[in-house]
Amino acid sequence: MRYLCLVYPREGFRVDAEVVREFTAARTAMQDAGVFISAGQLQPVEATTTMRVRNGEPLLTDGPFAEMKEQVGGYVLLDCPDLDDAVRWASRLPGAQGGAVEIRPLVQYPD
Amino acid sequence: MNADHEHVFRTHWWRAVATVARLVGDLEIAEDAVQDACAVALVQWPDRGVPHNPGAWLVSTARHKALDRLRRESMRPDKEAAMMRELGEIEPGAGPGAARDDELSLIFMCCHPALDIGVRVPLTLRSVCGLGTAEIAAAFLVPEATMAQRLVRAKRKIRQAGIPFRVPDREDIDRRLADVLRVVYLVFTAGHRAASGDTIIRADLCEEAIRLTRVLRELLPEEPEVTGLLALLLLTDARRAARLDSRGQIVLLTDQDRGLWDRRAVAEGAALVEQALRYGRPGPYQLQAAIAACHSTAPSAEATDWREIAALYNELIRHEPTPVVEANRAIAVAMAEGPAAGLVILDTLLANPQVAQWSQIHVGRADLLARLGRAADAVDAYRRALELEPPAAERAFLQRRIRELSAPADA
Repeated sequence: MRYLCLVYPREGFRVDAEVVREFTAARTAMQDAGVFISAGQLQPVEATTTMRVRNGEPLLTDGPFAEMKEQVGGYVLLDCPDLDDAVRWASRLPGAQGGAVEIRPLVQYPD
Repeated sequence: MNADHEHVFRTHWWRAVATVARLVGDLEIAEDAVQDACAVALVQWPDRGVPHNPGAWLVSTARHKALDRLRRESMRPDKEAAMMRELGEIEPGAGPGAARDDELSLIFMCCHPALDIGVRVPLTLRSVCGLGTAEIAAAFLVPEATMAQRLVRAKRKIRQAGIPFRVPDREDIDRRLADVLRVVYLVFTAGHRAASGDTIIRADLCEEAIRLTRVLRELLPEEPEVTGLLALLLLTDARRAARLDSRGQIVLLTDQDRGLWDRRAVAEGAALVEQALRYGRPGPYQLQAAIAACHSTAPSAEATDWREIAALYNELIRHEPTPVVEANRAIAVAMAEGPAAGLVILDTLLANPQVAQWSQIHVGRADLLARLGRAADAVDAYRRALELEPPAAERAFLQRRIRELSAPADA
């Protein structure tokens, strides 16, 4: 089952050398366990563009679609047997310490 | 419905749902199948008699019901294939280890922390205990359709989120076991707290929680917290008959008629506490049970070992550092060492503005002040409690106390 883990780091969280080291270690472990699909760190929310198609034309606005106090800092896409396994891996992400990880299961299609 | 049959269904429900859920990989299908099997039993058993092994009969009938449904709906071909394989491989009830794992897997799934706490209790009552949706709805004072919706949503979440059907790993079991015990405890308190309402259903919930804990203890005999919880529930439930007076008002522990306590349940509970504590791994349920045992084995309220109770609260607060536990400790200290010692603890607690909004703490403080002869301060504290709008029954009690304390001493 695939899980999209959206990381909401605590306020003031900075990606420094220590965070990079921790994340790399977590990713390597996920890869070794065969659960890792992809991951990424998001640019600050100021870099966001929202696009809506109206009358067949893309309409752009500056900023995110929904204003939220907490912002997604990054994501990890995992393929795990179940939620407990996804929780165990997500808890090793550096952004989870003092922050939060939203674990969203993906719809499964028959092969 | 035949009450004997109903009892048989309840006894075997847990294992039957658990076994079928593992085979088909879906809780909803498993539950429906076991329900269908019970319906078949109601038709067949009166004529043919109850099978020699009713539990195995239920599992095997439910498995065929589930398989029929999967075939009919021709869904999940992979699951059906897996089930056909399993059907050929295992006999119902084969291997006590497998059945034990199934039962544990089911309760850990229903009490999973990814489910809303409000639905874990009803879901456990439905899937593990076999209570009907109508009964559960009545216990939680919501319409049956509302409860049915909640249960459907919970089962959908289990399926969509991939909440696993398996026994947690050794490293997870302590944390996850605490989640399970909390749900069982909430089943009990749902019955216990509202004992002034519909007593038949509520007593039923208390007994269900005790039965659940007994089975859990057979499944996890090396976990002292499970034994501790069983002891706590037995000791608390033993006082059921003495908890309400003839007008249905709650009677405080110190004022209860100890002759109404169920001595057998007290004895069993007290023995279980000792057994659990011998493991040397005390936890909140063992400590609460030990406190309850101190009360229950004392010949009278006066002859209670308050020093021991204060010491147990001292230990409990390390596991549950909450103002409620600390306030209870203060009362025990007041009983053991005098009201002044208890008052110091309550006054310290009151420095927290949130705690100061809790009417009970002012009531406790007022009682200690009155015992110290500080009547005017006690009246102030009772008034403070009244301002916080306590329940009606308590309000009458507080107003009476204020009148008593305000009256001139020689009147």
